[in-house]
Amino acid sequence: MTSPSLRTLTRPIVDENPITLQILGICSALAVTRRLDTALLMGASLTFVLTLSNVSISLIRSQVPRGIRLIVQITIIATLVSVVDQLLRAFAWELSRQLSIFVGLIVTNCLVLGRGDGFAMTHGIRASALDGLGNGLGYALVLALVGGVRELLGSGSLLGQPLLPTRDAGGWYEPSALLLLPPSAFFLIGGLVWAVRSAKAEQVEEAEPVPEAAQPVPGR
Amino acid sequence: MSHYVQLFVQAAFVENLALSFFLGMCMFLAVSSRISTALGFGATVMIVQTLTVPLNQLINTWLLRPGAWAWAGLPELDLSYLGLISYIGVIAAFVQIVEMTVDRFFPALFRALGIYLPLLTVNCAILGGTLFMVERQYTFGEAAVYGAGSGFGWALAICAMAGLREKLAYADPPEGLRGLGLSFVVAGLISLGFMGFAGIDLR
Repeated sequence: MTSPSLRTLTRPIVDENPITLQILGICSALAVTRRLDTALLMGASLTFVLTLSNVSISLIRSQVPRGIRLIVQITIIATLVSVVDQLLRAFAWELSRQLSIFVGLIVTNCLVLGRGDGFAMTHGIRASALDGLGNGLGYALVLALVGGVRELLGSGSLLGQPLLPTRDAGGWYEPSALLLLPPSAFFLIGGLVWAVRSAKAEQVEEAEPVPEAAQPVPGR
Repeated sequence: MSHYVQLFVQAAFVENLALSFFLGMCMFLAVSSRISTALGFGATVMIVQTLTVPLNQLINTWLLRPGAWAWAGLPELDLSYLGLISYIGVIAAFVQIVEMTVDRFFPALFRALGIYLPLLTVNCAILGGTLFMVERQYTFGEAAVYGAGSGFGWALAICAMAGLREKLAYADPPEGLRGLGLSFVVAGLISLGFMGFAGIDLR
């Protein structure tokens, strides 16, 4: 594998992570991370859809008129998501019940459409496939991290296996109920963004200009 | 009647799409830096949501769900696997119609909202409202009330967020937290606040 294509694959995993830098696909990252297994399944489903949709969009990119490209892209994505949804219902019914509507919502996941329109429309099939895979993996990595922390500290287990013996079961660990509540995902991802940006200073945003009225008045 | 009021309050506050289910989060973080734009975008979401949820309810009831084709003598036909494509098609088409109508009759509003309208198609709050409606098997009346309530709740949430972020321009956070990181933390705190609504029961 040549190094530019390797870069296409690895760049989105940390340096240009879809969630912490591109602000794409955040909804599902927050909602399905209460447990590690749903987070992993969601990451896998999205990677699958994103890779295939990037390939399909790249295949027909020169045939699609610009005016209707969004509708064409969203139809391709909706078809792929329907396939994933039906497969999960058939083979992983319990997990698919817990993911609830969020598998269906991959259709409107801005990550899939964003990479499809922003990358696959202008690049070849091979590069698009690698870009889809890389972004999917970067997304899955964040989901797995958040899901792992929330399940471990919130219920003392990982993938349903008890690791920290909880008080209820006669152990020492007092589970933190906050991490089972939805807002904790915000705090964890906020902290993750902070950590990534402390390590990679070039990602830090410019400070917003303070409105005129708030400038300190000279001579006071 | 009280059933509908209860449903509205539940959809707007207790099960707020943005803060309890995190739907439409990308827009929620991207469009919430000014109150004026947040207000306009919230209002558009509310209108589209109020109309597409009942519309998709009709499509699900008469065309897609198992037994929907009984009136045509095909009682065993089950088209529910076509759901996702139909709903997103309806939403995309509807957003297009709204865009053209607003452009033709309310040019001032169009200038203010023009760039946000196409984004509505990929706002997961809108598809999410429809999917929740299908999952919970709402009737037509319930679907209309749920659409209005959830759209209202989303608009309320984004306005609250924008108000806080305008004030945050004066804050001096650590460098790595500036912008996106701080927005996440603020959204988490609002979300904690909204959890206080969970105890409300109007029955």
